[in-house]
Amino acid sequence: MAKKKVRTPEEASRDAAAIALLERALQINAETCFYRADEITPCPIGADGLCCRFCAMGPCRLVGDVDMGVCGATRDVVVVRNFARAVAAGAASHSDHGRSVAYTLLAAAEGNPVYKIRDPYKLFEVARYLGVKVGDRPVEEIARDVAIAALGEFGRIEGELLYLKRAPVKRQKIWRDLGIAPRAVDREVVELLHRTHMGNDQDADHLLDQCMRCALADGWGGSMLATDLTDILFGTPAPVRAEANLGVLREDMVNVIIHGHEPTLSEIIVAAAQDPEIVAYAQSKGAKGVNLAGICCTANEILVREGVPLAGNFLQQELAILTGAVEAMVVDIQCIMEGLVPLANRFHTALITTSPKVKVAGALHLEFDEHRALEIAKQILHTAIDRFPQRGEVFVPNYRSPLVAGFSHEYINYALGGSYRGSFRPLNDAIVAGRIRGVVADIGCNNARLCHDENHYYVVSEFLKNDVLVVQTGCGAIASAKKGYMTPEAAMEYAGPGLREVCEAIGIPPVLHMGACVDNSRILTVLSQMVTETGLGDDISDIPAVGMAVEWMSEKALAIATYCVASGAYVIMGGVRNPLAGSPEVMRLTTEGWEQKVGGRLEFVEDPKEIVGRSLAHIDRKRAALGLEEYNPAKWGKSGDWRMRQVLELPFEARIEAVYGGRK
Amino acid sequence: MSRYIATRAIRGANAIVAEAEALLQKALAEKGPDAPVAFTNTAYYLPVIYGMMAYPVTKIGDLVPVIEKAKSLLHPPPDENWWVPYLGETLDCGMATLLAEEAIEGIRFAYGEQPERYPGFRMTGSASFTSPEFETEEGGGGYLNGPIDDIQLRSWGIQLVDGRMPGFAALLGAARTNQAAVALVRELQRRNILVFLMGNVNGRSIIDQLHEEGVEMGYDTYIVPFGRDTIATIYPLGFATRSALTFGGLKPGQWREILLYNKYRVFAFAIALGEVDDLKYATAAGAICYGFPVIADTVIPQILPTGVTRYEHVISMPWEEIDAPTDEEKAARLVQKAIEVRGVKVKITEVPIPVPYGSAFEGEVVRKADMRVEFGGRASRAFEYLRMVPMEQVEDGKIEVIGPGFEDVPVGGAMDLGIVVEVAGRKMQEDFEPVLERQIHYFINGASGIQHIGQRDIAWIRISKTAAEKGFNLRHFGDILYARFHADFGAIVDKVQVKIITDPALHAEWLAKAREAYDRRNRRLADLVDEAVDTFYSCVLCQSFAPTHCCVISPQRLGLCGAYNWLDCKASYEINPTGPNQPIAKGQCLDSVKGYFTGVNEYVRVASQGKVDTVAMYSIMENPMTACGCFECIVMVIPEANGVMVVSREDPSMTPAGMTFSTLAGMAGGGLQTPGVMGVGKYYLTSPKFLSADGGFRRVVWMSSFLKQTMAEELKAVCEREGDPDLLDKIADETICTDVEGLLAYLEEKGHPALTMPPLF
Repeated sequence: MAKKKVRTPEEASRDAAAIALLERALQINAETCFYRADEITPCPIGADGLCCRFCAMGPCRLVGDVDMGVCGATRDVVVVRNFARAVAAGAASHSDHGRSVAYTLLAAAEGNPVYKIRDPYKLFEVARYLGVKVGDRPVEEIARDVAIAALGEFGRIEGELLYLKRAPVKRQKIWRDLGIAPRAVDREVVELLHRTHMGNDQDADHLLDQCMRCALADGWGGSMLATDLTDILFGTPAPVRAEANLGVLREDMVNVIIHGHEPTLSEIIVAAAQDPEIVAYAQSKGAKGVNLAGICCTANEILVREGVPLAGNFLQQELAILTGAVEAMVVDIQCIMEGLVPLANRFHTALITTSPKVKVAGALHLEFDEHRALEIAKQILHTAIDRFPQRGEVFVPNYRSPLVAGFSHEYINYALGGSYRGSFRPLNDAIVAGRIRGVVADIGCNNARLCHDENHYYVVSEFLKNDVLVVQTGCGAIASAKKGYMTPEAAMEYAGPGLREVCEAIGIPPVLHMGACVDNSRILTVLSQMVTETGLGDDISDIPAVGMAVEWMSEKALAIATYCVASGAYVIMGGVRNPLAGSPEVMRLTTEGWEQKVGGRLEFVEDPKEIVGRSLAHIDRKRAALGLEEYNPAKWGKSGDWRMRQVLELPFEARIEAVYGGRK
Repeated sequence: MSRYIATRAIRGANAIVAEAEALLQKALAEKGPDAPVAFTNTAYYLPVIYGMMAYPVTKIGDLVPVIEKAKSLLHPPPDENWWVPYLGETLDCGMATLLAEEAIEGIRFAYGEQPERYPGFRMTGSASFTSPEFETEEGGGGYLNGPIDDIQLRSWGIQLVDGRMPGFAALLGAARTNQAAVALVRELQRRNILVFLMGNVNGRSIIDQLHEEGVEMGYDTYIVPFGRDTIATIYPLGFATRSALTFGGLKPGQWREILLYNKYRVFAFAIALGEVDDLKYATAAGAICYGFPVIADTVIPQILPTGVTRYEHVISMPWEEIDAPTDEEKAARLVQKAIEVRGVKVKITEVPIPVPYGSAFEGEVVRKADMRVEFGGRASRAFEYLRMVPMEQVEDGKIEVIGPGFEDVPVGGAMDLGIVVEVAGRKMQEDFEPVLERQIHYFINGASGIQHIGQRDIAWIRISKTAAEKGFNLRHFGDILYARFHADFGAIVDKVQVKIITDPALHAEWLAKAREAYDRRNRRLADLVDEAVDTFYSCVLCQSFAPTHCCVISPQRLGLCGAYNWLDCKASYEINPTGPNQPIAKGQCLDSVKGYFTGVNEYVRVASQGKVDTVAMYSIMENPMTACGCFECIVMVIPEANGVMVVSREDPSMTPAGMTFSTLAGMAGGGLQTPGVMGVGKYYLTSPKFLSADGGFRRVVWMSSFLKQTMAEELKAVCEREGDPDLLDKIADETICTDVEGLLAYLEEKGHPALTMPPLF
């Protein structure tokens, strides 16, 4: 067995439920990704981006004295090609997800009885961006044209993506001047793949430009469309209360875990789980009903819209099965570990793949077809319920934390002023005054090579202390939810005095859950609206904000990082080795070079303390550049309800005097 | 918000909306859906509802959708733990509260329960410039104010924009003591801040407190008692809404713009005195939607982050904790804080006299019974004269009282008085003498207990017994003038000296000199015609309120507010070269009859932000000048009569156009160019250039009787100039007819010239 040092559960995760289940795994001798990460040494050549596998003359390992491949490809070009392939794959993933949602919208518009337009106002807004006439036409007609217009963005023949005009004017000009304004979603992905083919684009800087263009097609194209169209179909998120962590699994109910990224089927499963027929069937098998819980971004999608609890993040997918309490894990696309199959086989758990794009050998495939969505959802639930009687010993760690999620940019706008005065003014004011020092978006994955959730917990707690407002999506968001950072009470406990005042004024948690990883597009919209609101410069790059993925692992994370940088943000990828490390020149191009070109920079920093330090320094630099007051927490903290609690402790007479005002 | 405030405000909102709904059901049952609902003298229906919903409420049944709207804005209060956000929700509840409160006041009007009855209460004075001798003792007694009417709103307009009136304070509840109440109000008055009063604590209102202390309340003293419950707070918010509609050129239903207009341009705040209950919290949430912060004199949670309001939202300044020994000083601190929180810009000139000083006291009336002494009027002669003299002949700050004081004059008696102000300054011009001299009226009136009426040699000044007891004497007139001329006109006046003359011989000598100067000025003014100058002046003072309006002021056409003529503008430009009055080179005259000038057109195009590109100076029919909302009169074409009517803002009656002044004002104001309708200053009526392209004064077929009476002499002269000495009698007014049929009959009967003039169209 173990040839290398294997981490103890406490070394492998900071999450109590995960630790308990890793111990369980040891007891029952079950293998997880944590163990495999310890077993497998990452390929050092690949880690530095120096393995060139782009033709059959190789693979060429550009290490030691070798500074050129067989064709003469330099380290710079090889490193960028590897990076570019990842960006293309990441952009393709989010964007293809967006395309699926567009087809679902089209189905809804064409009379599919299962799908409805739940947010017509958002439909009208999106219609305006996409140049679709609203007038007094029927909603379905508009929805159909919006779906077709959205699909058109993927294969747009000429011009550029319509959503680009949602960016600050200055930003748009930068893109156009540099020639990186994306023209069509598919085209930019294809072109990037083309340009990384053997013997093609062999200028690192030039290739990096296309990386940005391709990533922008994701952020301001595929992802943004995915978010918008999902909101139109299933509702724009507004605050919901829910719970997070594996303790949400119920011993007395059929537990169905929804895992992946696309909510189109999961939304229907949520509805079907409450169907009396399904409930009755579950009861017939001895369960009280069906309990849904989510993992990864499908979880986030149905959390923010339906309040379905979060079972955990990426690294908890296997652990969920280890509880022995999961009858079915329903997966759609992305971030699904093949290692689930052998684990599920050890339990009664049905691993069900549903996407036509994703089959996993050994899993049950019940293919999703939007025209038969409800039928398939019920079939899935029947399968799960049928497994309930086979449930063996159950080990559900009793850890779960409350949270408030659902912070779409539309809701944030409302939260800051209501129906009549909604705007980003109070947020901008808070940053200008220095109550909020800056904003950090901590997004992205978990990585099995790191101590699970440790970096997320650390950076978030540090930022809160320093009055930095944190917004999160994806698995990072789930980490904070489990840690209890997403309750309104957390503001009182963890936030600095200025941030606490702002949170208390609005009633928000100090960490805002903004949705799935595809919803990072919401963050772009928020940043653009902050610019429009004035007071924080005239471009995204002027805002005292930092983006980061401190436990990143997926190619999507690199695509997101790249579109954030190209949109003007400072982005730090944390935890693991820099995949550009093989070329100092490429590292220069993506830091100083990109900063000159687009005002943002991409850095890979392993040490979380360093991440926090660099972030705060960047925020303070941006504050200074805007001429804002220096951050000084001593000035803040005087508002809030504490005064009333103090009054309650006064003697009766004095209390009356204080609240009612003694009158003579 | 804070969760505590959110909880209480949301609770209050739910309760008041339910109450409004119940009241509405009762009114529907008792009065029926068609029973009329209206506030007094306003063209804006129930103004908050009208502004927010673009929905004119005229009868009880109209309130049904209003209550439905209010209900749709309600939310449940936040939970004790694990709450969801509440700021937006609370503000929505605040708006629901305002809709419900206004609906309630509307229904109360239908029942005759508003304005609130208050036996024994009497509002002070009136806005018009009449002699105190003609007051009626019973005028307006027994009621609180209720909503402010459109007339008053407009007449305050110019003061609100030029900064004389920096904003308004809504005082809600009851102060700790009567002394504290008086101190707070005096502190606000001293800064010329309008004081609005309402609400109570356990049945006792600040209105009761001030009433007991004999504080004069009414439009003239800048203190408006709306009503003794919290619901009356809707009146100041209605005032705020109408400000945006009247001066901001905004349309009903532009709710966001109306609220932001108030946040950025209307410097209002609320001071909550005593316990803040659920309804007060709910109402405050509504006020915060307007950007108005709240300062409480009790312990409540503070909301300091900014954004919905410009600065802090809610401040707690418990009276006991204010570190000052007396109520007066505590009041000063509290008001100071309120001003800071709202960002009100207050210019305050310290005038070293023994009585309080500020423009809020300008409207005070000194009744004969309260009078120590008077100068001018029937029994004596007073005059005032300002002249420029060479620099070396002025000893700055020298104040001479030449002759006896009033010590020996019996109480209630009269004596002759002359006030001679001599100024010197490098930028002073003889043309500015009358501009500065006219300020003496405002400057002297600012002293509490002193009343000033008239100008030149018909000035009439009274000193009250109270002021005299406090030690006010003749020298103090000099102190006031010295301080104010330096403060307000320091840019053109370097040195000021004042002679207060009671010595009979000198009085006669100086009166003769003054009259000589008045004559000279009259002749000079008569010579000052548009053709004689090559520069007109702009006035964009009101752009802070009406962003696309620009007045063009020529020697023969004064500003529509009546407050700025060509000389005023010239002086103002000298005082502040980058200020609101800029010279406009007339440029090439394109049409001397209609008054088209290339320079004027170019200037207006820029100043109106492209909204207006051509202005005819002398025509109402073609490209008339736009208006902000402060106009003294509205001129409107009556096509059937081939003439125009002139409605004064003091006239609330119906007109032959089928609309009252308030309704007409909506068409004339907001920087819009509407041929056939124009807002003007009343003295423009006497100008030979009045509608000169369209036939001049002889086009006037109908005119508010207020104008006929108050300008009788001037208008008579105009009629003579027009060659028709009886013309004024041929012009109808609201006492003769208020419809076109009656008007035509009257014109026929009198043979009005307009009927035979060339057709207007």
